[in-house]
Amino acid sequence: MEVPILRQGQFLIASIQSALTDADLSHLREALIAQVGRSRCRGVIVDVTALDVMDSFAVRTLRDIAHMARLRGAETVIVGIQPDVAFAMVQLGLTLKGVATVLDLEEGLAFLNRRTEERTFEAKPKKPSGRG
Amino acid sequence: MDTKKSMSVSTRASEAPALSESSAGLLRELVAHLRQNRTQLREEWARRITRAELLTAMTEEEIFAEATAVYDNYVEALETGTFEALQAYSRRLSERIIPRGVETDEVVGIVLLLRDVLARSLFNKYQDNVEKLNRILDSYEPAANRIANTVAVGFVEERERIIRQQQEAIRELSTPVLQVRERLLILPIIGVIDPQRARQLTEQLLRAIRANRAKVVVIDVTGVAAMDSGVANHLVQTVEASRLLGATVIVTGLSPEIAQTLVTIGVDLSEMATVGDLQGGIEEAERLLADRAAPTTQVREIAPESTR
Repeated sequence: MEVPILRQGQFLIASIQSALTDADLSHLREALIAQVGRSRCRGVIVDVTALDVMDSFAVRTLRDIAHMARLRGAETVIVGIQPDVAFAMVQLGLTLKGVATVLDLEEGLAFLNRRTEERTFEAKPKKPSGRG
Repeated sequence: MDTKKSMSVSTRASEAPALSESSAGLLRELVAHLRQNRTQLREEWARRITRAELLTAMTEEEIFAEATAVYDNYVEALETGTFEALQAYSRRLSERIIPRGVETDEVVGIVLLLRDVLARSLFNKYQDNVEKLNRILDSYEPAANRIANTVAVGFVEERERIIRQQQEAIRELSTPVLQVRERLLILPIIGVIDPQRARQLTEQLLRAIRANRAKVVVIDVTGVAAMDSGVANHLVQTVEASRLLGATVIVTGLSPEIAQTLVTIGVDLSEMATVGDLQGGIEEAERLLADRAAPTTQVREIAPESTR
């Protein structure tokens, strides 16, 4: 089951539509990381709204994607974790530490917009604050 | 083909009752007797109920109406040997009478009274033929006892169901998730937190975060008297789960005693944002919300200035 990776401006959106096998997940990870560099994107959104189960491998893969994408210059945000899934995850101790998570795709886009704008702003010489 | 079929049916029919043919016949006779004397026995039963001061919460007309229904169901259960209809009826009856304060002993009492009334009428009918009376009672008593059992169990089950329902309702009432303003929720916790309540609390909060698209949640534990490591860990889990849904949690109102115990038993709450009181928590939350909303607008405001 191939996960479609869509490009939206500076961001890549991977929308998982059904339960994935471990091999599918690894494939998704490789495809995403490769695409991040190829398209010079600034952010990655992984939408897991359709998943009602998440095992340790899936969580680890999501975490790996986030860390790997960061090394390649893109922020990652996981969107759409269901309440029941979130509860099950914390009970199993799978908490996605260090990975940004938000409610849904809309929030995810807003989050990445904010992040990338912050970064471009930071990268510029801090004239306004230097004057004040 | 047809004859074969009918033959097999007839053999099956004659096979089964071979052992209990006489008792089935007796039961039929018994049922016919109860049907014949329906009016009289029913009245007698209702009289006995009133005399024994059972079902005082109900009027005499009501007692008589219910008595009629119970009587018919009773006879039917005797006749068919199936208890589903009676079970369903006793559940409905319990639903009607429990809210009016009818007690378990009253329900058991009236069913036993009916058994006695019917047994007495059987005595009267067969008193000349003791041997037949014995056989009639042999087939009547087990069925009657089972009926009494069914009704009593149905009543008790219904009561337990109501109690469970009420417990659930109380629990849900005890954890209100309130929206203070757009994207900000408050969850005041009052009283004791046991694992079950903690679980329910978390589930409710997560659902509310999703429904209200909350960004910040303030959990106020001013009303929690004591906290052990189990409860503290539940709290940490709640915070983590909320983060997975994209909401930040601020915990407020940790009392001096709780702060001391938590540090003493070594629960690590460093990951958790804590603020002294609810007011401070809401202020902090509003700051967070402003921060989150601001950057895009701020940057746009400042950016042209810097190019100027």
